[in-house]
Amino acid sequence: MTSWPILSTVTFLPAVGALLLLTIRGDDAASRRNIYWIALWTTIVTFLVSLLIWKDFDNSNAGFQFVEQAGWLGDKIGYSMGVDGISMLFVILTTFLMPACIIASKFSVQKRFREYMIAFLLLETLMIGVFCATDLVLFYVFFEAGLIPMFLIIGIWGGPRRVYAAFKFFLYTLLGSVLMLLAIMAMYWQAGTTDIPTLLNHSFPASMQTWLWIAFFASFAVKMPMWPVHTWLPDAHVEAPTAGSVILAGVLLKMGGYGFLRFSLPMFPLASADFAPFIYTLSIVAIIYTSLVALMQEDMKKLIAYSSVAHMGYVTMGIFTMNPQGVEGAIFQMLSHGIVSGALFLCVGVVYDRMHTREISAYGGLVNRMPFYGVVFLLFTMANVGLPGTSAFVGEFLTLLGAFRANTWVSFFAATGVILSAAYALWLYRRVMLGPLVKPELKSMFDLSRREATILVPLLVLTIFFGVYPKPVFNVTSASVDNLITNYQAALSAAGKLAVAVK
Amino acid sequence: MYSAIVFLPLLGAIIAGAIALFGSYRAAMVGAPADGSDAGHHDHAAHAHDDHGHDAHAHDAHGHDDHGHGDHGHAPAAPGSRPAEIVTTGLLFVSAILAWIAFFTITSPDGSPVRVDVLPWMQSGTLSFNWAFRIDTLTAVMLILVTTVSSLVHLYSWGYMSHDEHRPRFFSYLSLFTFAMLMLVTSDNLVQMFFGWEGVGLASYLLIGFWFQRPSANAAAIKAFVVNRVGDFGFVLGIFALFVLFGSVDFDTIFANAGGIVGTKIHFLSWDLDALTVACLLLFVGAMGKSAQFLLHTWLPDAMEGPTPVSALIHAATMVTAGVFMVARMSPLFGLSETALTVVTFFGATTAFFAATIGLVQNDIKRVIAYSTCSQLGYMFVGLGTGAFATGIFHLLTHGFFKALLFLCAGSVIHAVSGEQDMRKMGGLRKRIPVTYWAMIAGTLAITGFPFTAGYFSKDAIIEAAYVAENPLSGYAWFLTVVAALLTSFYSWRLIFMTFHGEPRASAEVMAHVHESPKVMTIPLVVLSFGAIFAGMILSNRFIGEGYGEFWKSALFMNPENHVLHAMHELPETIKLAPTVMMVIGFLLTYWFYIRSPNIPKQLAAEQPLLYRFLLNKWYFDELYDFLFVRPVKWLGRFLWKKGDGWLIDGFGPDGVSARVVDVTNRVVRLQTGYVYHYAFAMLIGIAALVTWMMFAG
Repeated sequence: MTSWPILSTVTFLPAVGALLLLTIRGDDAASRRNIYWIALWTTIVTFLVSLLIWKDFDNSNAGFQFVEQAGWLGDKIGYSMGVDGISMLFVILTTFLMPACIIASKFSVQKRFREYMIAFLLLETLMIGVFCATDLVLFYVFFEAGLIPMFLIIGIWGGPRRVYAAFKFFLYTLLGSVLMLLAIMAMYWQAGTTDIPTLLNHSFPASMQTWLWIAFFASFAVKMPMWPVHTWLPDAHVEAPTAGSVILAGVLLKMGGYGFLRFSLPMFPLASADFAPFIYTLSIVAIIYTSLVALMQEDMKKLIAYSSVAHMGYVTMGIFTMNPQGVEGAIFQMLSHGIVSGALFLCVGVVYDRMHTREISAYGGLVNRMPFYGVVFLLFTMANVGLPGTSAFVGEFLTLLGAFRANTWVSFFAATGVILSAAYALWLYRRVMLGPLVKPELKSMFDLSRREATILVPLLVLTIFFGVYPKPVFNVTSASVDNLITNYQAALSAAGKLAVAVK
Repeated sequence: MYSAIVFLPLLGAIIAGAIALFGSYRAAMVGAPADGSDAGHHDHAAHAHDDHGHDAHAHDAHGHDDHGHGDHGHAPAAPGSRPAEIVTTGLLFVSAILAWIAFFTITSPDGSPVRVDVLPWMQSGTLSFNWAFRIDTLTAVMLILVTTVSSLVHLYSWGYMSHDEHRPRFFSYLSLFTFAMLMLVTSDNLVQMFFGWEGVGLASYLLIGFWFQRPSANAAAIKAFVVNRVGDFGFVLGIFALFVLFGSVDFDTIFANAGGIVGTKIHFLSWDLDALTVACLLLFVGAMGKSAQFLLHTWLPDAMEGPTPVSALIHAATMVTAGVFMVARMSPLFGLSETALTVVTFFGATTAFFAATIGLVQNDIKRVIAYSTCSQLGYMFVGLGTGAFATGIFHLLTHGFFKALLFLCAGSVIHAVSGEQDMRKMGGLRKRIPVTYWAMIAGTLAITGFPFTAGYFSKDAIIEAAYVAENPLSGYAWFLTVVAALLTSFYSWRLIFMTFHGEPRASAEVMAHVHESPKVMTIPLVVLSFGAIFAGMILSNRFIGEGYGEFWKSALFMNPENHVLHAMHELPETIKLAPTVMMVIGFLLTYWFYIRSPNIPKQLAAEQPLLYRFLLNKWYFDELYDFLFVRPVKWLGRFLWKKGDGWLIDGFGPDGVSARVVDVTNRVVRLQTGYVYHYAFAMLIGIAALVTWMMFAG
């Protein structure tokens, strides 16, 4: 164990980089280069430091590790940080995706380059903070503040309908966050603390749990996003710049799932058990409905955005099955989806940078000119489909297995996503990549540049590595997940509810 | 050694893939802007590249042409084609030799099953399994089939694909397929089998769509993948059910405890059903998809869009038999469920008959063989359905050899007639391509069950087993398989007569080009011909005769109450002769129809237009599915998008709300100056309020 505050270091390193960027003036090529390299090195160093967390992480410890505490606002609300098996890998995922985002933005962002990079670095700080915070208020601050840079990224550097998209995002999230704020106040009023480890062992009265659960659900369901509050996502993705989409799909969506695991399940177990069928229903609807919608999309990014909603359906379903396979599968699915969907958005970015359109019908036969891109895109498409051997399969398989143990109907309907995902993903690939190359404007396209390959290849390697050898992830998550489930069942049986013995 | 058998093809696939990728990437990047500049903005390169080979692709002009044949203008071959061929083929031959060694080791009287652990895979709660190999007699049989046919097909493709410009890619895919298939047959648990299962699906998708410029090939590739996924849907649910029942997905654990599960109920969907039957039927849905059984068969004929060597390897000899293999592998479960076996018998018999009827009237040489494959797979399932699993596997093996032979011969024919696949434009080729002709005769004798050829032993064994089996549908199965034997004989000889006999119907120009294929193509034909003729004779005793126990050991389960294998040998001679008689009748009919009085088929078709059209259009399954599934799904997708998301959710949700807001404020607020700061402000106020309240009230 290290004695220095490693979590705060990782969290605030990007903010330091952002401060450095503030010192650079001018908009010429030289300062642009400086901005780029400072931002890139900041994210790389952050990533390397964050790897130390994984290295020193104690897999057998189910509680919070690397704990840091300091007084903050009065004596009740502390600045406290810590990670456990559920949150740690999300920190790594965030720091891992950031350098890719910076590199991807090197040429595609034309205006206000410095501000763009600052927004991204601040966003990174806030995202890592969400996963590290072990105080409810601190969590809330990170959770909500993280939206501001994202708004700016969509609203300033986004596409033509960015105002509409950001406004929609705003309306949805506002509702959720207001309710969550009220819930946090109520929890403080009831438990007298905002310290998460303490709250995890606090049992709220059953009637109160229901209301708290609903309030948190409102916020997390929007973030996830779950059907029917998902419609902001396709618009936000379409309008966001490539790197924005990567972060949105790769990390921001995971906050909803993380929230369910961190708060809803352990703090409101009785309500969670009551609401599980409700979640199952929404998840199944999400999987089938959005897969069908994805099938008919005409915009590449929208299609991938809808497929993200479907994949998040597996996550919510897995979380509420409340057995080890379901929950670990859900965590794995989130991590894997972070890599795969991020990579898919990067793939769209590659052709968008060349052609400045995302219309599927504007493409066709690209593989003739872009064989390397064809291979990379195909592998990520297959990962999106959940082909065994890719990381996505592990998550999908485990969540479906968990669902089968909980309720066979759920698994039955959710498994139809296996068929539908193949249909929409392969159809997309065919329309964009295959066939003869006839459109004249496509004939001058070039294959992946070295820069683009540098971003995509590591993601590809990880996708296959974790598909074949997912054990490192399971090692990290299993102790915390077991602990979560044990406590959940203890709470249920204490309340006299029937707890099905699952292991 | 066992790891080498499986991983050598993967190594070959990776090397050939790297060659293909490197070559095409270099070609594609000619004239690309240097790194570091704004790559690919198209104003850079408007002038470059019009002379590049990839643009003017030759295949489209071929129409029905099955392979990139010589006389047309075609782009130069990809760099490294020959090294890629040598590496993949060489590694596969090594793998095949090792497989034969493994076969003799495992099936020798003192051989025993082998288990090799490779790497841990998933571990979650009580679910835990590894990447591991399990080699018993069943696996060993599959190993020799897969590696032998695959290495011969690799060799054959040297000649067949010699004019194609994408050879490294082709050989990479072939080896990748072989690897996935080997993973499937060597798997030690259900999930690894599923890996191989989907892996062969991927390879099949890639190879069907190998000529990616052709819309029909792309459509067929997607269709194959999606229809297979319908089967996989059942397969995964079956895996889950077995995990719930046994707490494990390892074969050893499942088989050891299978007996104890008999009679247990499982709550599936809303009903309590017999656990074993449910699990078996779910798995069987997977088998139906992969093995193109009735209702899920529609992808197989379309898969003929792929190059012919692919059809031989994947869509005849190996991949499509994966479903048969899976049922045999799970024999300790299927053998205990009478209902499951009955269902297997039903679908097998129906497919055997149904596909054969369609095969009667098809004119595309590859499609005839494709429907024949479909029908023969039906036979295998009938064999499995009798509970005497060895009969199905025996036919799987012999069929692998003779059907690969038939496809490769068809490829050789197509190669000879400049890519034509329509048999109505062939004829009279017998003297021009004698090796192909005699090899095809060997294959036809085998498939029709001519005495002492491979099919005679394996196919007739299935028909006999169906006769003596004790399941409710055995009579149905026996009747349909016997009728199908007649149909098999008819369509097989029809193919021979239309292609090789009679007057040439091809244009003079094509006929002038007709030539026997090169040695690399004819040698595999000769090798497989020997297999087609002698395999049955040599192996019959071990597979289904007195050597049964010593050969199979514990690899296949035999329910102690099942006496099919024994009873088969005590059948009256008349029953035993039935398939052979059918074969002869079929031959005579065909001879009469296509050699003696060639006008009869046309007359028949004209007299029975309804029946003819029904068969020619494959019982209208494609149209039916298009109407039942494809269109409604597309309509529903669009409906949910436009009406569900657009009108309902957005209309009454954010858009409606915002419209009201705009009505009230009646001004457009720009984002940078408006909402974000509102939001940030609201949040700050919220936090401030919270903190204040906590500090003072708390």
